Amino acid sequence: MDKTKNKNTTNYILFSLFTAFLLVSYIIDFELGERIGENFMIFARDMIAILPPAFVLIGLFDVWVSRETIENNFGNTSGFKKYIYAILLAATTVGGTFVAFPVANSLYHKGANYSSIFTYVTAASLVMIPMSIMEASILGIKFTAIRIGVSLPLVIISSIILGNFFSKIDYKIPQVD
Amino acid sequence: MYTLYYIAGIATIISFVSNKEKTIQGLKVGWKKFSKILGTYLKLLIILSFILLISDQFIINYLGGQAPFVGLILGLIIGSITMMPGFIAYPLAGILVSRGVNYMVVAAFITTLMLVGVATYPVEKEFFGIKATIWRNIAGFLISALIALATGILYGEVLI
Repeated sequence: MDKTKNKNTTNYILFSLFTAFLLVSYIIDFELGERIGENFMIFARDMIAILPPAFVLIGLFDVWVSRETIENNFGNTSGFKKYIYAILLAATTVGGTFVAFPVANSLYHKGANYSSIFTYVTAASLVMIPMSIMEASILGIKFTAIRIGVSLPLVIISSIILGNFFSKIDYKIPQVD
Repeated sequence: MYTLYYIAGIATIISFVSNKEKTIQGLKVGWKKFSKILGTYLKLLIILSFILLISDQFIINYLGGQAPFVGLILGLIIGSITMMPGFIAYPLAGILVSRGVNYMVVAAFITTLMLVGVATYPVEKEFFGIKATIWRNIAGFLISALIALATGILYGEVLI
């Protein structure tokens, strides 16, 4: 617990120094610093738009969804349907992996097994609906269809392999709360 | 852009009407998780700000005009180490295609961009642990390579 606190403090200090650097860059018109600042804004806007509400939803999920529900649908006793559910959940996850990581962590601690959460996280970066629509409009439907069509079986197969491996070595995923 | 705020807002209101205590407890859980991980996300922001300095021009120069398999390998590597939001990545991919870069190379770049996160490692390891993070990314890299090859074959760029 203390270790996390220290790590967080280091990150806050680092972040303060970084913002100070950006501020100075803008004042003295330091071009490289200004470009870093623009990049920073791109990702910062993204994170402000998704992280706070995502964690509100994760918190509510935690109190409302029972352990049995997750175990029955995403756990060891759930058959192949858990992969379908994991992919559907992934396709509708807003915010990409930034959100998918904490959601997967919560699912795991509610009784989802490894192969479900691996499927979920991998699919979340591959088949997000808004992203895929954008991709199809720029690169063509054929491109997107191949990408999704080829990836889904691979995602499920690799998740099963990884899942078996991690259950066998009795791996534990860190608890975040 | 702020869709998630509406969704979270509506969910909180429904939850609150159904059960006040449970809602407050849920918000506390969310806040605890958020505050614990916030520092790591801020660190990620710094890393990403630097990574995006790898300019479009650089990527266009490197991925264009390569032999297909060299392009494939470069696409996989550049996609793995960079990270960019979709609204930058897809127009860039469009430019690559219009410059005659193989769909296979574009697929390698786009897929590893989404699936392999060297830059997001600090965040992922907090939620999955080091070992799972590393193996998941290796699997992502292999899947991306297979997707790229399949794309190359189906577009007739690679003959088998």
